[in-house]
Amino acid sequence: MPRPRGTAARKGSVFLSSHPRVRLALLIAAPLFWLGVVYIIALVLLLVTAFWSVDSFTGEINQTLTFDNIITVITGALYQTVTLRTVGIALAVTVIDVAIALPIAFFMAKVANNRTRRLLVIAVLMPLWASYLVKAYAWRSVLSSEGILEWMLAPIGGHTPGYGVTATIITLSYLWLPYVILPIFAGFDRVPDSMLEASSDLGGKTWRTLRLVVLPLVWPAIIAGTIFSFSLSLGDYITVNIVGGASQMLGNLVYTNVGAANNLPLAAAIALIPIVIIFGYLALVRRTGALDNL
Amino acid sequence: MRLGRGARITLGAITVLILGVIYLPLFVVGVNSFSTSQSLSWPPPGFTLEWWGKAFRSAGALEALLTSVQVAVVATAVALILGTLISLALQRFDFFGKNVVNLLVILPIALPGIVTGIALNNFFRTIMGVPLSIWTVVIAHGTFTIVTVFNNVIARLRRLGTSYEEASADLGAGIWTTFRLVTFPQLRSALFAGGLLAFALSFDEIIVTTFTAGQGVTTLPIFILNNMFRPNQAPIVSVIAVVLVLISIVPIYIAQRLTSEEGQKR
Amino acid sequence: MKRTNKMRTGAAFSAIALASSALLVLSGCSSSGSSEVKMLDKLGENEGAVSILAWPGYVEDGSTDPAVDWVTPFEEETGCKVTTKVFGTSDEAFSLMKTGEYDVVSASGDASLRLVAAGEVAPVNTDLIPNYEGIFDFLKMREWNSVDGVSYGVPHGYGANLLQYRTDIVTPAPTSWSAVFEKDSPYKGKVTAYDSPIYIADAALYLMKTKPELEITNPYALDEKQLAAAVELLKEQRVNIGEYWSDYLKQAQAFTSGDSVVGTSWQVIAGMLQGEGAPVEAILPEEGATGWSDTWMVSSKAQHPNCAYAWLNYIASPEANATATEYFGEAPSNQAACDFRSEGSCEAYHAGDAEYAKQIWYWTTPIAECVDGRTDVKCTDYAQWTTAWSEIKG
Repeated sequence: MPRPRGTAARKGSVFLSSHPRVRLALLIAAPLFWLGVVYIIALVLLLVTAFWSVDSFTGEINQTLTFDNIITVITGALYQTVTLRTVGIALAVTVIDVAIALPIAFFMAKVANNRTRRLLVIAVLMPLWASYLVKAYAWRSVLSSEGILEWMLAPIGGHTPGYGVTATIITLSYLWLPYVILPIFAGFDRVPDSMLEASSDLGGKTWRTLRLVVLPLVWPAIIAGTIFSFSLSLGDYITVNIVGGASQMLGNLVYTNVGAANNLPLAAAIALIPIVIIFGYLALVRRTGALDNL
Repeated sequence: MRLGRGARITLGAITVLILGVIYLPLFVVGVNSFSTSQSLSWPPPGFTLEWWGKAFRSAGALEALLTSVQVAVVATAVALILGTLISLALQRFDFFGKNVVNLLVILPIALPGIVTGIALNNFFRTIMGVPLSIWTVVIAHGTFTIVTVFNNVIARLRRLGTSYEEASADLGAGIWTTFRLVTFPQLRSALFAGGLLAFALSFDEIIVTTFTAGQGVTTLPIFILNNMFRPNQAPIVSVIAVVLVLISIVPIYIAQRLTSEEGQKR
Repeated sequence: MKRTNKMRTGAAFSAIALASSALLVLSGCSSSGSSEVKMLDKLGENEGAVSILAWPGYVEDGSTDPAVDWVTPFEEETGCKVTTKVFGTSDEAFSLMKTGEYDVVSASGDASLRLVAAGEVAPVNTDLIPNYEGIFDFLKMREWNSVDGVSYGVPHGYGANLLQYRTDIVTPAPTSWSAVFEKDSPYKGKVTAYDSPIYIADAALYLMKTKPELEITNPYALDEKQLAAAVELLKEQRVNIGEYWSDYLKQAQAFTSGDSVVGTSWQVIAGMLQGEGAPVEAILPEEGATGWSDTWMVSSKAQHPNCAYAWLNYIASPEANATATEYFGEAPSNQAACDFRSEGSCEAYHAGDAEYAKQIWYWTTPIAECVDGRTDVKCTDYAQWTTAWSEIKG
């Protein structure tokens, strides 16, 4: 450790040590500025736009207050159907991803030796680099009626689900899986082996140990994973275009209204749906205390 | 916890099965990169090296790759700095509004990309009046990748506790010295892991990018998307994907080495 | 297509222009200083750069494939350095043009009138474009590239949205769009349609021929009742749809694997599939078809107007026009272009075949003032079509 010197830096350091508030301010100013100015303002302005309207001739936005868009979105049967479908897909994807991630993450963290673990992490991370679109198109090929899945399932009497909601769920689960495995793996990794041993020394059965000791410890990690899979699915519109057959999701409606209809106000109103859902979801998991440990 | 032999084997088998499913589509991509079919029909009617040759001579692909790397590097740097600062603030201090700040970090990734995309697009163009460029993409990517660094760093900070830092301060080291010599080395692998994930997120992002990229800014995902609309290009895209997967082994391997070396020291 | 309504379209446009300029003033947005978008009356020196917004495959500089390059000769010839941004749909093109960052755009008919109405593009002085002379007459001064007798651009290439089917599965061979619109289709779940609000016009075209009582005279001019009928038809069709398509690869893949067996498609896709030996045929059905005729337009805020004109002239030249349209897969607009295209490619696309071209209803943006000339009703506009389209997909 270098000896303290009486330089200006040293004085600053002393000052900061005795003034934790200043230290905090210095730490948090830049990130808050970035997130606040760039993100929050942008978001708020988008929400404000939901209360405006657009002139259909010129595409110019008319800034008079109107609730038309909000009412359309809340009462329109189309939006209800699509919202239900989208949330259903996002939930299914999340459940599937967690169900797949738990065993593999546990194996990686607690069963595999160091070498195997390293290889497994690499194996899980590598597909991340193969480009979202390429993977989605690969699933399109796999799921097609003459694809590799049909070829594998036909002998045992199975069939590919074809393009549609099921295909969308499969593809999205696949795309977000690494983002769910990684935090859960890290969560298991943080559970000290000693704690597991203590539990079993005290006579805890494997399953009991898992449920009462391990699960509470990795719960925040699982939640972190679900935030990825749930929200990434909720806003997707590209995968459903590629493998979703004729289905559309909320993202498609937003996209169409920004692009095709050039109706940003309506798009903003539709965007409120996922925003509300996500806030609801975050509030729910916050109540379980998971976010504080995220 | 002592897992029985049976349980270990079952878990191992499940793991192998999952990996099989993970690699099935990549296998298809790999095979398609040699396919003579431009529509990527399955099974491939024949094999050729034509696309590999074309892909390596495609200046557009190379340029897009470079653009993506540039964007991801800068966005990751932003995420590393802001993410570390904010996790230090949240882990080491108690203050009013802490929960809000916590939420603020999570929000850009938790809200769907299309919301972030149109919000930033609207903000840059209509409110700020800045033309979209590569920098608007960087700002957007930096915003939603902060959370990956934050997650990793704050988890590490929580585990580290403050005893080493206090010891360092007791021995008379200044704040900066303590950070440089005590805190930072302990954070290194967490930063690498968070940074790698941030890089990956940024590198493959397409939805937010679509809405924030200016003219002439073609990141790799956008290049790929455009090629889906262009005749006779599909197999080239497969080649690019295969190459990327192969290249990606290097950084992931380094990250793994860093983490496990620390694990052994622990 | 018989057009007697040019004047009326013009009148309609004036109304839009008025409304738009009024709005521009109201919203305090003075993009160009004056509400009148001026036409260039003489060329100056090239600015050394031009930024182009185009369909993928329209502006190739060799970066996709070194052998595919018609930008470099242009750059060498004019000294205008080209930067390109490509778009996937007309809607994307429209929103990108609104940024005012591009000098030139290749607009399909479902974007061009919107661009004119929004004041995003300027009239084009065709006297300054020597190669305009060589363009097929049946593409000039049409209602999607001119307003009030004023040209808004140079035609690039055109094509029809054909009926494509798998010859081994769809028997007997269809001759009518009823193949995709019949209620009890034997190909349920394997019918495909183009994923865009503009596809409503395909349904309207079919109704125009099969339900004369609706009195549809132009598939892009639908009043509320006619739109409702088209939507009804499309909702019936929705049951049979396997998937909607919008990109080339998706469509090609679906027909190869047999996930789609009948539906709208493009000649270029059919050609590629046939080249790979897939049992696929594409026809122009008896009702005619919708289609596109793309137009090179110049931004009203162009920072490089001279280079923009240079590009318009270059891409209309027989050789460049031939290369670009052949690569993309459509008929050229220049009469002499066929001399430069590969053997048989012009025939495949029925280039210059005026009879064939007559059966194509080119994409035109639906606007409130009916493009078929009716003045007693208000027509449905593109925004309504978009909403309807979302509801059809459900």
